[in-house]
Amino acid sequence: MESYFHDVTEIVTRLVHADEVHLSNFHGEDSDFVRFNAGRIRQAGAVEMRSLTVDLICGRRHAAGSVALGGDLEVDRARIARLIDNLRERRALVPEDPYLLYATDVRSTGKTAENRLPQSAEAVDEIRAAARGRDLVGIYAAGGIYNGFANSLGQRNWCANASFNLDWSFVHSADRAAAANYAGFEWQRDVFRRKVDLALEQLALLSRPSRAVAPGRYRVYLAPAALAEFLGLLGWGSFGLRAHRTKTTPLLRMIEQGERLDPRVRLLENAAAGLAPGFQEEGFLRPDTIALIDRGAYADCLASPRSAAEYGVQTNGASASEMPQSLDVAPGDVSADRVLGMLEDGIYVGNVWYLNYSDRAACRTTGMTRFATFWVENGALAAPLEVMRFDETLYRMLGANLIGLTAEREWIVDPGTYSQRSTSTTRVPGALIADFTLTL
Amino acid sequence: MWAEVERRFREVAPAVDFCSLRLVEERDEHLSVRRGVAQPPVTSFDVGGMITVVDGDGMGYGATSDLTLSGLRRAVERAHGWARETRGRGLVDASRLERMPRRGEYATAVREPWSASPLGDKIELLQACSRRLQRPRIEDWEAGLWYVEKQTLLLSADGGRLEQRFSHLLPTLSASANEGAETQTRTFGGHAYCRQGGLEVLDETGFHDAPEQIAAEAVELLAAPNCPSGTMDLVLAPDQMILQIHESIGHPLELDRILGDERNYAGRSFVTLDMFGRYRYGSEALNVSFDPQRAGELASYAFDDEGQPATRQDIIRGGILLRPLGGRVSQARAGIAGVANSRASSWNRPPIDRMANLNLEPGASTLDELFGAVDRGVYMKTNCSWSIDDSRNKFQFGCEWGRLIEGGRLTRVVKNPNYRGISATFWRGLRAVGRPDTVDVLGTPYCGKGEPNQAIAVGHASPPCLFSAVDVFGGA
Repeated sequence: MESYFHDVTEIVTRLVHADEVHLSNFHGEDSDFVRFNAGRIRQAGAVEMRSLTVDLICGRRHAAGSVALGGDLEVDRARIARLIDNLRERRALVPEDPYLLYATDVRSTGKTAENRLPQSAEAVDEIRAAARGRDLVGIYAAGGIYNGFANSLGQRNWCANASFNLDWSFVHSADRAAAANYAGFEWQRDVFRRKVDLALEQLALLSRPSRAVAPGRYRVYLAPAALAEFLGLLGWGSFGLRAHRTKTTPLLRMIEQGERLDPRVRLLENAAAGLAPGFQEEGFLRPDTIALIDRGAYADCLASPRSAAEYGVQTNGASASEMPQSLDVAPGDVSADRVLGMLEDGIYVGNVWYLNYSDRAACRTTGMTRFATFWVENGALAAPLEVMRFDETLYRMLGANLIGLTAEREWIVDPGTYSQRSTSTTRVPGALIADFTLTL
Repeated sequence: MWAEVERRFREVAPAVDFCSLRLVEERDEHLSVRRGVAQPPVTSFDVGGMITVVDGDGMGYGATSDLTLSGLRRAVERAHGWARETRGRGLVDASRLERMPRRGEYATAVREPWSASPLGDKIELLQACSRRLQRPRIEDWEAGLWYVEKQTLLLSADGGRLEQRFSHLLPTLSASANEGAETQTRTFGGHAYCRQGGLEVLDETGFHDAPEQIAAEAVELLAAPNCPSGTMDLVLAPDQMILQIHESIGHPLELDRILGDERNYAGRSFVTLDMFGRYRYGSEALNVSFDPQRAGELASYAFDDEGQPATRQDIIRGGILLRPLGGRVSQARAGIAGVANSRASSWNRPPIDRMANLNLEPGASTLDELFGAVDRGVYMKTNCSWSIDDSRNKFQFGCEWGRLIEGGRLTRVVKNPNYRGISATFWRGLRAVGRPDTVDVLGTPYCGKGEPNQAIAVGHASPPCLFSAVDVFGGA
């Protein structure tokens, strides 16, 4: 695929005029998707897709467009030529862009991971074996993901991974289920079986009679998967320079009123430890780390080139969305095996679901408990909890009411597949929290 | 291009029980002006096809953006490979599925084509809107247009051919006002003013008249008190009703959710198969239809993506639940009649049950009559927050703007209006429904669901509605 990318880049370069600059972003994917329900295959298939996005610049005017490519260079050459002609026509009709900024310091990079994936049918056989006699539902997605950047200054960046992501649940009944995930580059039977065994342990606990609790405030433990959901919501408009300057960030009180989280809270955008490409749409490279929250205080923003130009600061290689792609939360000092004891009487929240802001300016979030969530009594898992709605501010959760973060962290690979397979990751501990508000 | 791809498909289609090719070509254009600066215009051209093969009881798909003979041949091989792999292992016996009809077509009616207005004129229109959104305390403001043209061609190896052409336009406006640690945002219905058609959608939705009001309301909210808390009556405007319908009627009635397909991701449903035909979903004022034939609504079509002819169906009548939202595969699994709503977001995702156009039928009240029936309550407009449980039961929704109703009259504006409830009981509190001239035809281009994930356009038409005894509250 990399040589095809270079061929496509060559086609673009030849089509571009001497007074023009192109910024070209390539995406390719070769994926198998196998969906399960009740331990059987619900839908199975394969997707091969390639696309190219070109931003065609002349002076301070530019227009961008993307085109699907098939892989046949003759067919693709004609499509790219039509795209370039169209962009040139359109560019003449738009005003100059005062915030245009792209990389002019040529920094080429390349990363191609060896494909160590099994045949998907082999993985499916193992999943079906684990599902035998059980109600397994979920999806296995696997294959190559390819991203490239090229510009007319000669910069070339390439990132190719071959990965899999099995995201599944063992369902006990109705909304009682144990969720699990196994993602990586090489399918290891023993690792998969350990994950299956852990999920089955939770499934066994779900067979106990459930317990309902009244709305109120409870001591809770948010397992890493649950805390990652909160951080996922936070990533949606909290850390970008644009949101910071326009005061639309949900973390506004940290900026305007000096509000702080607990000093043990430290969030990094850790590109060095993630799966996402190390470059962005305008050709800037992502630094290894950017501190977003440091010792509980708002630190740096994710500054895309466009926002950086608008607000007169340096870009730090953020993509246009200014969302974290490789979020990394510093560990705490609570050993995971002490969590239930420290909860004593409270709630172990395995997963949460469908988070949103109920008061954005106050960073107050609502959502639901989901999957393996248990009432804890005398430091032991006592009963599955009937689903509850929470409504709580980040400042209370990870501020005044934070008891501690676990020393152990989980590395969560986003199983998301909207438009294309996600390469976002989150490394996150669990969090013990006092007086967490349940409302319904 | 289609004719040549069609010929190639007929050449590579294997001798199996069933084989189809679903071609999708989509062109779109995003234009926006933010803080008075025209953003670079962005276009996209996407094209590809999905081969589906049924072999015995097995079924598989192969999707590709390579529509050459060799590309289609490879897609057929992969689809056939997965069809063989699923034989005897699948959840669905593909050999028993109803086949698609032979011929048919559909096209969006467009009065004013997108191409009739030059790019420069559209940018100038957005510049003018941007200027009208700007005022003191507005920190961020933006006007945008997103236009989409989509053509689909569903071919079966046994001679079936269904061609459909769609175009839709989504106009957007937003203004965020700030003072200190308070920021309030108002928009032009979020992403709700999305309809099939061309530039005439701008007139039909009132886009040209909206900027000043949106900006003024954002600023007004800065000084407004928080929405009060308590149990009270609630009047929801159409641009919040669509979210209420979508989340607590649409999703729970999707048959694939009821059958468990979505339990690992989008969730299950509190609705069970035995409820259809007898369950009281809401008060007698609740009438809901699946209507893919409503002109201009976002998810209108003649055939779904498995080729089933789409017709209007009553879903809830007089509050009684009648029919689920499930396409041919789900209907075969459940043994129950549904609707033609098996749809895919694009060529690279397989069809699943989606709600398409799901509408709440009008009643007899004017908007003033709805307010007049309230002694103490809140009128809420424009969704900004949505959250609902795995079973689509316990929900909490928030709106951009609220106004108190006291003694039958609108009084003070309030900020951060939220309410919560339970789907299974909430609709039984539906007390009155707006009459036909209060209906807004709206939708969303971003309904998310499925593994692999798919975001798809759905339409909702609704009048404003009055609900009794709702748990309402405000900000922190």
